[in-house]
Parts: sequence; structure tokens; C-alpha cells
Amino acid sequence: MDESIASLDKRIELMRQHMDGMTHVVPWARETGFKVTRVEQGHIWGLQPFADHLVGDIENRVIHGGVITTMLDNLCGMACAASLEEFRFVATLDLRIDYMRPAEGGRDIIGEAECYHVTKSVAFTRAWAYHENRDKVIATAQGAFAINKPRPKASLGVPE
Amino acid sequence: MSETLSRGDQLEGFLARVPIVETLGMRCDIKGDDMTTVLPFQDKLIGNFTIKALHGGAIGTFLELTAMAQLYLVSDTERPARTINITVDYLRQGRAEDLYARARVIKLGRRMASVTAEAWQSERDKPVATLHGHFLLKRS
Repeated sequence: MDESIASLDKRIELMRQHMDGMTHVVPWARETGFKVTRVEQGHIWGLQPFADHLVGDIENRVIHGGVITTMLDNLCGMACAASLEEFRFVATLDLRIDYMRPAEGGRDIIGEAECYHVTKSVAFTRAWAYHENRDKVIATAQGAFAINKPRPKASLGVPE
Repeated sequence: MSETLSRGDQLEGFLARVPIVETLGMRCDIKGDDMTTVLPFQDKLIGNFTIKALHGGAIGTFLELTAMAQLYLVSDTERPARTINITVDYLRQGRAEDLYARARVIKLGRRMASVTAEAWQSERDKPVATLHGHFLLKRS
């Protein structure tokens, strides 16, 4: 395995250096345009800029909930990567999203995900989406991720 | 005008104006109150290049739209319902192929509805993902 991702600290450092690359290598994330903005151990922040092609509610010019699903699913997976001692791929088992209030039309959305517990084969995450801060959330999410067995030639998916 | 259009026509007309539906490239095959949705494969729907798998968020968006569309088809509200919550179970990797989905309205109440949806690819009995959601009906 690549030495640069062997330890968690090094991996987090690498993620911080390649925040743009983390979504750039994911075609659907490139399409929705969300960005990773901050990386801490087991905790990731992102930003979903408003864009007309993502609107699901024409009347109020609000982006579709699925776009929030996309960002939170992805951020949760990254939070797992920023939490596991050894490098592993994770796959979403399930993701539940509760909508507390509608997003406001034409506004960017901040996403935040935390990996709060890890077992041998499963990582548990929760996430939030909001405009300003967690006091006034648009949506909360909870997801479980399967931790895959190590693969040869594992890479973090960031550009070389 | 709405008196002369069938519910299916109304739904198609509505979906044609929703940007995310076009971004996703989703299509609907509507026969009366029966509908199968199709998500033709496109490179932009990929989440992981190494294993060429569809993005969970794209699958989730497709399932949520399918559930909302089916609900619209069987209810009589003027506007589409609002999502209260959804749970998506990811059962298999979505391959670089077309994805299909169907939804069923489990309960249609006055204010709320419970809907499930299921997505599959080449084999109908090997679902890629399922969704269960609650929706708030918007009565005017």
C-alpha cells in the first residue's frame, strides 16, 4: 500500500491537501458541484453551491433533496475514511434523511458529517445540512457504512 | 386545462420542467397509474471510477423522484408532495448500466403518505437499492 495513506494522520493530512481532488474524481459530485471545505479526524465539512440545474422545486427555486442526499452520503463516506486507523474502502449500507425545514431558494447549503462509531466491519455516521449553522438545520442524516476488506493497490482516489 | 389532461400527462408535463430530472436524465414510462422510471446510464452518474459504480446519491435522487412521481400519479394534489424523510438501503453495487425503478404507495392518507421504491438493473429480482419514505401532501 502507498506509504502516504498508511497512517490515519498522514491520510487526514493528504485529504486536507487534496480537498478539491476528493470530489473532482467523483463524476456525480462534479455534476452537483459540492466541495469539501474542512477535514478533521472523523469529521468532514462540505459546501453545495446553489445551481439552477439542480433545482427540484421550481416555484421556490430550491435544489432537490437528492442533491443533499448526494453530498451527505459522500461526506459520510469521507468521514469514515478520516476515522479508520487503516485505509479501507467503505460502501453505504443505508442512509436515512430527515427534512426539518425546506432549504431557502437560491442559497448554498453547508454539509457536515461525522463518523461516531467504528466496529470491525461497520462504520456509523451522522450528518447535517444547513445554511448557516447547526442550530437551524435543513436536514439531518444517519448512515451505516460497510468497511470493505483491504484491496491490493488501494488508493485514496486523490490525483497523483 | 387540467380537466382534459390525464394525471399521467400532468406528471410528464411537470417533470419536463424540473431541472434535476433533466440533469439526471431520468425518464418515465407511464401507463395509467402504473409507472416504471428509467435512468439511462451516463458517465456523469458514476461515484467510483475504479470500480465503475453508480453514485449512491444519484441512485437515491432517482429513487426519491420515482417515489414522488408515483405518489403524484395516484393522488389528487395539485402540487407535488414534500419529503418528510427517506431511508435508502443500498443492496448491491450499481453497475455502469441503465437503472430502472418502480414505487408503490403503501398508504395514502389525507396529509401524509408512505411510499416504497425499488431500483434494479438487468435482473428484476436483484434490487440495487430500495427506498422507504414519508411525504407531506400539499393540498391547496
